[in-house]
Amino acid sequence: MSASDVSRTGQIGNVLLQVEHASLTFGGVKALTDICFDVREREIRAIIGPNGAGKSSLLNLINGVYTPVAGTISYRGQVRKRMHPVDAARMGIARTFQSLALFKGMSVLDNIMTGRTLRMRSGLLAQALRIGPAAREEIEHRKVVEGIIDFLEIQPYRRQPVGMLPYGLQKRVDLGRALALEPQLLLLDEPMAGMNLEEKQDMCRFILDVNDEFGTTIVLIEHDMGVVMDISDRVVVLDYGRKIGDGTPNEVHANRDVINAYLGIAH
Amino acid sequence: MSSAIVARLRQHWPVVLLATLLAAGLAAPLATGVATTGFFLEVLLGGLMAGVLYSLVALGFVLIYKASGVFNFAQGAMVLFAALATARLAEHMPLALAAALALLLMIGFAVIVERLVLRPLVNQSAVALLMATLGISTFLEGFGQAVWGNDIYRIDLGLPKEPMIVGAQRFAGGILISREDLAAAIVVGALVLVLGLFFQKTATGRALRAVADDHLAAQAIGIPLNRIWVIVWSVAGFVALIAGLVWGSKLGVQFSLSQVALKGLPVAILGGLTSVPGAILGGLIIGVGEKFAEVFLGQALARWFHLEGGGIEQWFAYVLVLAFLLVRPEGLFGERHIDRV
Repeated sequence: MSASDVSRTGQIGNVLLQVEHASLTFGGVKALTDICFDVREREIRAIIGPNGAGKSSLLNLINGVYTPVAGTISYRGQVRKRMHPVDAARMGIARTFQSLALFKGMSVLDNIMTGRTLRMRSGLLAQALRIGPAAREEIEHRKVVEGIIDFLEIQPYRRQPVGMLPYGLQKRVDLGRALALEPQLLLLDEPMAGMNLEEKQDMCRFILDVNDEFGTTIVLIEHDMGVVMDISDRVVVLDYGRKIGDGTPNEVHANRDVINAYLGIAH
Repeated sequence: MSSAIVARLRQHWPVVLLATLLAAGLAAPLATGVATTGFFLEVLLGGLMAGVLYSLVALGFVLIYKASGVFNFAQGAMVLFAALATARLAEHMPLALAAALALLLMIGFAVIVERLVLRPLVNQSAVALLMATLGISTFLEGFGQAVWGNDIYRIDLGLPKEPMIVGAQRFAGGILISREDLAAAIVVGALVLVLGLFFQKTATGRALRAVADDHLAAQAIGIPLNRIWVIVWSVAGFVALIAGLVWGSKLGVQFSLSQVALKGLPVAILGGLTSVPGAILGGLIIGVGEKFAEVFLGQALARWFHLEGGGIEQWFAYVLVLAFLLVRPEGLFGERHIDRV
């Protein structure tokens, strides 16, 4: 099931996201320097690199948490200079978080329902009073969310507060909340960190299914090289805030710079 | 099993000590025979009903703190402003209409605060935001009086003024209950219920809870922070209006209302700042504690130590909160902060 199967490459479409010469600094510290890469429709694109390489910064740049000090990011051909996470969400970009950022006091169901906020058409006042169309709408959204809960196989935990769930399940709820946006582009920040083998396999299956069934484009940060090689179509490699490799898993695997970055240079 | 309980009690001895002291303070008037059962119950009920009003203001603090992490010093001034607006507008129109207009004013105020204060100061230090709300507070007090004057104004909610006496057969003289306070307690209870339903059962309430839990995640799923802030400040304005109406009809609408309302501050801290049930329980504890201290502690001081023993109500709330904070720095239901060193 190598990702570079002909059948898979066949479904990959045009460039969806284009990062051009993007740089990011915090004070005097350079987090990212002159990064260029693109993401194509319906592809699974991995970002890898040692700790502190700037992977999460790159994700936050795409998501609008940070603004690049130089360079541009264009999404669906549209260049955005100053962007905000809410704008990103409106444009169809959803994300999960490396260190879980779930709404801990809320149930699994409520957490995923919050992901529907942007899709609610009735006004906030009508929602607050639950009158007329707002009540009907709530039911429609509820159906979608129940579908996601089924898909992620977390039905038994629907009513539980997420703070009480084991870590692996919380990661799934995080994914579910992002899926509730019905995003075109899904950013996953270490979706498998801290998981055991079985949980990782489940998560891999969910990611592949999301990509396959909904045609969602996926950008993910991952440390587990086995996972990256298995599920991604193309891989970007970062080290010290610079791009040192870009290509199919096999190409990256053979890249001298990448091997050096991971294993250190022999002296 | 029982040894486990003993171990827990031992581990949390300061809490046990404080609880014991509070219980002793509560029981002392009866045990020492300072009060008859009837009078004891009367003071207790009076304290509970006063406490309900503190809870109401504390609720305003908690709502804003939860959703925007801002410690809103202006809550007391908002109470005064809303009450002033209602009282003066009611001179020209029915009270209900005046209150509705005052609510609109509070919503307008929320929009302005979000636009001019919160949005520019977001991500600044907590002290900057605290100072900003202190400024808003002073401005609102002054502006309210500039527009509506600084006399004492009346709000007549039509609540029955004469107290009622219950249980006259069981206790000598019966228990005196202020109907006004009782009505206020019922109004506040209803309000808390409505707020609870709003937060738990509506999409907007869900979004508010989401923002309270995690700003960044809420934004990432497209919940607009700015609009949430406007809503929260509007709800806090609504709560301030109710507090202003109830209190204003009791004490008259005057400048000191804003000071009385600041009693909500220790109440909110006692409850844990982020907890709605905490605000309610905190208000009741402080209401009862104050009344008991004023009536019984004052009596004891006067009788046994020949002191004046008055005015304890003014400061007792703060001492009580201090004692609580020494034992539970996070308040009754607050989130415990564990920082890595």
